[in-house]
Amino acid sequence: MTEFLQQIINGLAWGAIYGLIALGYTMVYGVLRLINFAHGDIYMVGAMVGYYVARWIPQGTGLASFLSSLLAAMIVCGLLGALIERLAYKPLRHAPRINALITAIGVSLFLEYAGQLLFGADPKFFPNLIADKVFLQWHGIVINQIQVLIFSVTIVLMVLIHTIVQKTRLGKAMRAVSFSHTASQLVGINLNAVITFTFVLGSSLAGAAGILVSLSNPKIEPMMGIMPGLKAFVAAVLGGIGSIPGALVGGLLMGLSETFVVGYISSTYRDALAFLLLIVILLVRPSGLFGRSTAEKV
Amino acid sequence: MLLQIENLSVHYGAIHALKGISLEVAAGEIVTLIGPNGAGKTTLLRTISGVLRGSSGQILYDGFPMEMMPPHRIVAQGIAQVPEGRLIFQNLTVLENLELGAYSRRDRHGLKVEQEWIFHLFPRLQERLSQQAGTLSGGEQQMLAIGRALMAKPRLLLLDEPSLGLAPALVQQIFKALVEINRQGTTLLLVEQDAYLALETSQRGYVMETGEIKLSGKSAELLSNPQVKKAYLGQ
Repeated sequence: MTEFLQQIINGLAWGAIYGLIALGYTMVYGVLRLINFAHGDIYMVGAMVGYYVARWIPQGTGLASFLSSLLAAMIVCGLLGALIERLAYKPLRHAPRINALITAIGVSLFLEYAGQLLFGADPKFFPNLIADKVFLQWHGIVINQIQVLIFSVTIVLMVLIHTIVQKTRLGKAMRAVSFSHTASQLVGINLNAVITFTFVLGSSLAGAAGILVSLSNPKIEPMMGIMPGLKAFVAAVLGGIGSIPGALVGGLLMGLSETFVVGYISSTYRDALAFLLLIVILLVRPSGLFGRSTAEKV
Repeated sequence: MLLQIENLSVHYGAIHALKGISLEVAAGEIVTLIGPNGAGKTTLLRTISGVLRGSSGQILYDGFPMEMMPPHRIVAQGIAQVPEGRLIFQNLTVLENLELGAYSRRDRHGLKVEQEWIFHLFPRLQERLSQQAGTLSGGEQQMLAIGRALMAKPRLLLLDEPSLGLAPALVQQIFKALVEINRQGTTLLLVEQDAYLALETSQRGYVMETGEIKLSGKSAELLSNPQVKKAYLGQ
């Protein structure tokens, strides 16, 4: 039982990170009906930015340097997302959707190989910003400091995103754009501004996820975004692509099932699980858990 | 002239959708545009709103050229549209739809005035403020689409088939509201399938066929025009 509960905690921590990445997929899909396959690579850029920023900070470790690298990664990734949209996707706004999809794969490859050129192909080791110490121990179940940080940062960001999307003027515009571009333009919404904003928001979340992962998996390299990116995509589909709560729930389910596979079956099947899940969802419920037509789509 | 369109052409790829349309709307008027499906009426309204781009010709609003202006700035200039098929934001509440209608406006305090005016026109919207717009009936959705456009406080309101798919009693109600909106000083350019109703409501009319203006004149004259009678009034 103890082990089971421990697996749940570990799984939720992983799942929270998948959820953060999945949100970016789902929000961009909401406004553009585009699967932004470069999203996983933005997560990689987030980790790299965090790496360089953390090395520049004199004290080196602790919460303050963690927060500064988090903020830096989110800002850089947000800007990168906006730049990608402007240069790669905007010219294809009126082209068939498959063109944009292929372009997204191109952008993904571009980021991966530009990353190798810029950061080098060898793995780097993310500085140990937060000590891997036990935060809470209860009947043999352990929650460590990094997991606490992952949960808190994820919850803060989720609440922030929820508030932005539900309460603010720009958030309402995002939901309007996800319903219809034409109708949004006709009420006076600046379509380009809303789409750019969506990319900034989604990409900054991927940047945050890059930092959070690097705390517990410090080995970072330019190809590190491929697998988590694909899994977060599956998580978004599982939750119902276009649905914000769906992305979170899909991410958590993905994290949990992966941890259980590793814990009870074999780590060999860890990556296979994501794609098995994808096949099952597409067969059984292609619209995902929250993907009903009446569901909130962003 | 509030709106002056000169020799406007629009192409969809190889299709010549509007072939040199010229049309005028004076401030305070109700002008209607009738014609069969595929004549280019929706294309014309969408081009005025900037959602589509003309390939040649001019659109002057208050004397200023509008052809190159992005749609959101055209709304801010005072041209709102009730689109074909309503296109209300079904995933948002009625209130959020109205708020988005005022997206281009900066004067937050003026919004209450518009809202009161819309509730006066369509009391049913007030009862349904917190409801998801997608759950409204067809008539209520049309009221919401008109209300949403009014929130922009337009000087020129473009309406694309406001009677489409509605029961006769509701159509009467909508058109009564349109006349009242016009009386309060908003100019209307109305595209309508129900030619009789449209010509009865408006002062002037244009008849459009296959991308061209075929006839124009006072609505009363068009109503008695034998060609119009035969083709559009079923007489």
